[in-house]
Amino acid sequence: MSKTLTGSTPPGSGGEVAVVYAGDYVNKLSGQRIERECLLRLEAGCRALVINFRGTELVNSIGVSILLGVIEVAERRGAPVVFASVSRHTVKLFELLGLTRLVAMADSEEAALATLGEFASTPNGH
Amino acid sequence: MPDRMRKVLHAFAALADLGEEIAETSDFEEMVRSALHVVLGALGVRRGAVAEVERETASLRFVATRGFGESLPADVSLPLKTEGLHAAAKSNGNGGGAHALSKSELARVEREIKERFEGGAVEVVSTLVVRGELVGVIVLGGKASGVEFDAEDRELVRSLGRHIGVGLNNHRLLREVERRAEENRRLYEDLKDIYKDTVRAFAAAIDCKDKYTQGHSERVGKYSEIIAREMGWSEEEVEGIAVAGYLHDIGKLVVDREIINAPYRIDAKQSSELNRHPAAGYEILRPINHPFADIPLMARYHHERPDGRGYPDGLKDEEIPIGAKIVSLADSFDAMTTDRPYRRRRSFEEVITDFRRNAGRQFSPEVVAAFCRALLKEAHGETRPRQIIRLLGKGYVEEQALPALEQLISDLDSGTHVAAGQG
Repeated sequence: MSKTLTGSTPPGSGGEVAVVYAGDYVNKLSGQRIERECLLRLEAGCRALVINFRGTELVNSIGVSILLGVIEVAERRGAPVVFASVSRHTVKLFELLGLTRLVAMADSEEAALATLGEFASTPNGH
Repeated sequence: MPDRMRKVLHAFAALADLGEEIAETSDFEEMVRSALHVVLGALGVRRGAVAEVERETASLRFVATRGFGESLPADVSLPLKTEGLHAAAKSNGNGGGAHALSKSELARVEREIKERFEGGAVEVVSTLVVRGELVGVIVLGGKASGVEFDAEDRELVRSLGRHIGVGLNNHRLLREVERRAEENRRLYEDLKDIYKDTVRAFAAAIDCKDKYTQGHSERVGKYSEIIAREMGWSEEEVEGIAVAGYLHDIGKLVVDREIINAPYRIDAKQSSELNRHPAAGYEILRPINHPFADIPLMARYHHERPDGRGYPDGLKDEEIPIGAKIVSLADSFDAMTTDRPYRRRRSFEEVITDFRRNAGRQFSPEVVAAFCRALLKEAHGETRPRQIIRLLGKGYVEEQALPALEQLISDLDSGTHVAAGQG
């Protein structure tokens, strides 16, 4: 459920951006999938993450914690994280819990990519 | 929706998530990891840990951690004496027993644990107390929002902590139950060993009374065990029948030693006296709470015969418990294959002939067949160790008699073993 975007102007020293789709409900199960996907992408050399929350209706407490963990790992690797297409309700929750201080927010996946620079994209499956 | 309302709703949802995780996750460590996620996600905290109290060492064991990495202290001993923790545990029940930890003690625990983390990595330590006993702690770093924990946040941590504490405590109780069950199992095994040793001692005492049948009870126990195993009995049942074999003659303890040791064929009166021993054995064994079923009955009925001509009750075939039929054959086999003062033991061929003649009369054909099969397997080296052959002595089981044994088994299985004139 992610696609890897390769570009000529990578953030920092160059590399890739992974887009990971959150799904409709971010709970323990889907949160672990997002975490696994993000860690795999970072291990594979991605230098930035976009998590797309299009269609995400609910993020529960475990989901929030897992997202915080993903952000922490990405930070340690110097990889910026952008949350894209987050519903207003979820944005409010993320604001309340401080996630918006740690990641950039973008209205859409395209805007998120633009935030990270100009990249060509190559879908790599869902 | 105002932020405060949103915060309360998120907290309620977190409590529900936690309840679900604790109730539905069977793996303890996974349950604690999920519980930690709930706490961190409820408050937007990046670093945290849940530790359980190790009562034996008065220290903490971190069950789940998130985000601390190397800064997690390896060893956190509690500023409480081991006895204090145990005493608190004994207060059980009301959460405020005489030995329950005081608020100041808990505050000291929280303060000292916080100090163990370097660089102010920890902002909140919340003790998990169940029924006055300290069972664990939740340790939290700062909130991602950068806002300090307020009174409501701390209350939420305490509320979530109460559930997590119950989870930790239940797990500890479960381990305790398992440990005690294991202790009980070992104790039961020890008791069974003592019981078996006692049974062997009794068997030796019984055999001591009869100078001509040294080791008889032990051999009957062994033969009975072999037959039962050949008949597909469970190991527990096999152990039971071995005990019955050891004790089958315990009633002889009440029979006059001179009758038992008579170096001649005893007369009818003496025979009647001797024949009291199965019923006497039953009376001796009946009050004992044996760990195996029907031991007294096997002693009582080991001289009963399928044709109804046995004693003490003259039972017929189906009325005789199968265990008693096994002991009966084992007993007779040992009598046939050991020397007595008034006769030499029978040859192997003679024993086979006797089995054929008496299967259905004195012995259960099914039991005779099982014993013969076990014997044949030993003779062919199919089972090790060769227990029957060892008990009989080298050279007793003659190679040339084996075809007759095989034929007997075949005839018993097909029901054609009955000799001419028998029926």
